[in-house]
Amino acid sequence: MTMISRPRRLPSASWLLLVPALALLAAILLVPLGQSLLRSLGTPQFTLQHYASLFTDGVTLKILGRTALTAAIVTMVALVLGYPYAYLMTRVGPRTRGILLTIVLIPFWTSVMARNFAWIIILQRGGPVDTFFSFFGIKDAVFYGNVTGVTIAMSQVLLPFMVLPLYSSLGAIDRKLLLAARGLGSPPIVAFWKIYWPLSRGGVVAGLILVFTLSLGFYVTPALLGSPQESLIAQLLATRTTQLLDFAGAGALGMLVLVVTLALVAWANRVGGSVTALGAVATAGTKERA
Amino acid sequence: MSIVKEAAVTQDTPASAEVKRGTEIRLDHVTKDYGLAVPAVDDISLTIEPGEFMTFLGPSGSGKTTTLNLIAGFETLTAGTIALNGTEVGSLPPHKRNLGMLFQNYALFPHLTVAQNVAYPLRERKLPKPEIVRKVAEVLELVQLTGRDDNFPSQLSGGQQQRVALARAIVFDPKVLLLDEPLGALDRNLRASLQAEIRRIHREVGSTFVFVTHDQEEAMNLSDRIALFNAGHLEQVGTPEALYRDPETLFAARFLGDSNVFELDERPHSATTSWHGLTWAVAPHTVAVPRPSLSHYAVVVRPEDVNVTRSASEAPRGTNAVPARVRDVEFMGSYRTLMLEFGTSGVVGRARIDASESQVALGDEVVASWSPERQRIVAA
Amino acid sequence: MTSLDTRALLTASAPPRRGRRRRDRGVDPTPWWLSMTGALVAMYLILPTLFVIPMSFSSSSTFQFPPKNFSLDLYVNFFTKPVWLTSLGNSVLVAILAAILATVVGTAAAVGLDRLTGRVAGLMRTLLMVSIVTPGIVIAVAVYASFLQWHLTGSLLGYVLAHAALGVPFVLVSVTSALGGFDPALLRASASLGASPLRSFVRVTMPLISRGIVTGAIFAFVTSFDEVVIALFLRAPTFQTLPVQMYNSVTVEIDPTISAASSLIVVAVTIIFLVPQLVGTRKKNR
Repeated sequence: MTMISRPRRLPSASWLLLVPALALLAAILLVPLGQSLLRSLGTPQFTLQHYASLFTDGVTLKILGRTALTAAIVTMVALVLGYPYAYLMTRVGPRTRGILLTIVLIPFWTSVMARNFAWIIILQRGGPVDTFFSFFGIKDAVFYGNVTGVTIAMSQVLLPFMVLPLYSSLGAIDRKLLLAARGLGSPPIVAFWKIYWPLSRGGVVAGLILVFTLSLGFYVTPALLGSPQESLIAQLLATRTTQLLDFAGAGALGMLVLVVTLALVAWANRVGGSVTALGAVATAGTKERA
Repeated sequence: MSIVKEAAVTQDTPASAEVKRGTEIRLDHVTKDYGLAVPAVDDISLTIEPGEFMTFLGPSGSGKTTTLNLIAGFETLTAGTIALNGTEVGSLPPHKRNLGMLFQNYALFPHLTVAQNVAYPLRERKLPKPEIVRKVAEVLELVQLTGRDDNFPSQLSGGQQQRVALARAIVFDPKVLLLDEPLGALDRNLRASLQAEIRRIHREVGSTFVFVTHDQEEAMNLSDRIALFNAGHLEQVGTPEALYRDPETLFAARFLGDSNVFELDERPHSATTSWHGLTWAVAPHTVAVPRPSLSHYAVVVRPEDVNVTRSASEAPRGTNAVPARVRDVEFMGSYRTLMLEFGTSGVVGRARIDASESQVALGDEVVASWSPERQRIVAA
Repeated sequence: MTSLDTRALLTASAPPRRGRRRRDRGVDPTPWWLSMTGALVAMYLILPTLFVIPMSFSSSSTFQFPPKNFSLDLYVNFFTKPVWLTSLGNSVLVAILAAILATVVGTAAAVGLDRLTGRVAGLMRTLLMVSIVTPGIVIAVAVYASFLQWHLTGSLLGYVLAHAALGVPFVLVSVTSALGGFDPALLRASASLGASPLRSFVRVTMPLISRGIVTGAIFAFVTSFDEVVIALFLRAPTFQTLPVQMYNSVTVEIDPTISAASSLIVVAVTIIFLVPQLVGTRKKNR
């Protein structure tokens, strides 16, 4: 029988409901980004110099490289910590799973400043970490003011973006396959490598891309926990704008970062499915990723 | 066939809530096209009498639900008109049509209690509070759910929920009640008892009921008349008995009840016809009217009209006969069903015989026969 | 979900990385090393932030940890020093207004999108979610440049608009989720009973999606309240939000009042998010 599941309604009324949201987003996001784009291409007249100089000024590429490297390290840390965590989530009962999920989302919803300040306390000279290591005779274990501290802090808040896609993918793997492999004589490590890992690859790749992409845009954490000598791309963008007042150059750099980000997210979408990428992001909620 | 109902009115009845009579629903060349290969509803014309219990019967996708939705106003007409008591309603939005409706999944408001659900339409009509309370109590008593006022739908069983939905749909005295396969989600026993409820309420309330189902037993059980839908158009309209006894097409013969089907080469012109070398008598009034779109014809006989005997000589006089072989015997309790293969044609059919007849066995060669009065020639 | 009803079978057959351990017991229990790893990761996730709490009871003017004395000075500071109080007030005001705007606009969009299908509708939905995947710094820089032109920097309106735009996707996801569980037949029933589309929306749709709306509003509020990057760019001497003040207290002048502020925020947000979960209404994760 024909099922018309939506009550008859003027389609135009539904479109009208979208207008306020679209108008707000256009005004706050699309227009400024558009203006930025135009500025980057048209100052003083149509030119590609601002984009070209990104590659020639010697600074941008170096910082981009450093940012990418940091992002890569953060991504690896997130994978190493996130994989067992996600796997654990598939093994426990529903209530524990819910608790684990809540826990992994907590740093997310915790105030950016509170979190970073906490890391400052912990990682500073004379702080708990330093004290702990000097107990073992390791001096100067100060991770505040360098890339290590930044990495530690970023991994904490980006973990959910690894755990959620992973959990989604791992949850779909039937563990009986592994039992079957064992039954056929494989040792556990081989069973894992040959069966479990390949089946989890989709989630792993989606998680990797997502965490990497989000790491690129971090601002507050590197600004507070890093050092100016080791600044990342977001800080460069900020100084270009507020100190150098180079709006065109900043616009060009911003566009570059934006394009790279969108391309990577689209890729993650395709690999892990839109449920994984955007769903993980939106459900968890990205607040201020910095 | 509305003997028991109040007299139908043909002039415009004022749409006042107190008048407990049915509305006449007239569908005139109603068409609904979704832009697909075939229209969902194709040029349907039908008049539903005031106070009648009309069932739209048909397989999935036949257009019966779409037609109901057109009457309700949830779909817009591609062509044709729908008139309630003479007033065209094609452009009227559903909330202004004053029709009651029952849905298969009850559609009770989960955040409201039973009493609040039932009171909903009365609140929309801005009735004074004491009157709302009175009418709610009245109608809950009618559906035998008194005392459940403060329960939430989730606390009730399926049957109870459907009765609340029924109460809600009639509390504002609509003159038409549309029922969209309301019993589909219920188990057999519950269906039977709710069918009885619905019939009873129809008699008490007297509104026009339009009931959609794909269950032919249910249709025959409940209805004053049945409109049989097939692929978007009306195959046949009539009382259950008329449809059962005198189907006009093969589709109708097959959809309602069981049929033995013998395909013919052409429409019988004279008093006889032939099938696979056999000559059969044809009673003229049993031949269906030709249909422009159907060019083939068949003889159909109901299993209960088929006699089974050991030889042609034992067959009753004046009957049409065909040799058959018994392929299967099913014991159904009060009767047996024989699966027969007729002649050497490979055509298979059924005959119904008394349970006490123990003579016929698997593999037997028998003769199946029936009176020409009991056979129908239908278009196919 | 994987079914783990392997009663008679050996357990723990596929360790992800480390050693292995067999248990002969009936149902497939979690290996100890896995639970421990999970617990360690969980601690890494939660514990560090908690350091701000004992820190907030310090009396010193540095960030030294562990704090020497126990005092409530920092809390007093937080609620009396004008620079902290006004920034708190501004944050609350902006967050409330931004949440309201995001909720109204986002709910309307969710309801509208719920009825629409087709590629254009899908495109609209993606567009409305864009701010989630765009790096905050890129948005901040662009918005700053444009707001300078439009004279919106350092203004309440500017903050509210920017934060509302960030909050819309959360409201959209939350309300869409609530609408997903909504039975469309209910609206038909409501219409058949005489309620106009508007009345049906008010009497039927809204009550049933109210939980989703409230959840979305809370997300939008918290998003605005904690937002740092755009706030840093839009700030003016006359108008700044709490996160900005906290940022200053680490970078410009060391002010340990930030510990008190942090503790309060951590506790408040925890309550906001955990209480509904404990009360039993599990937020649906999709």
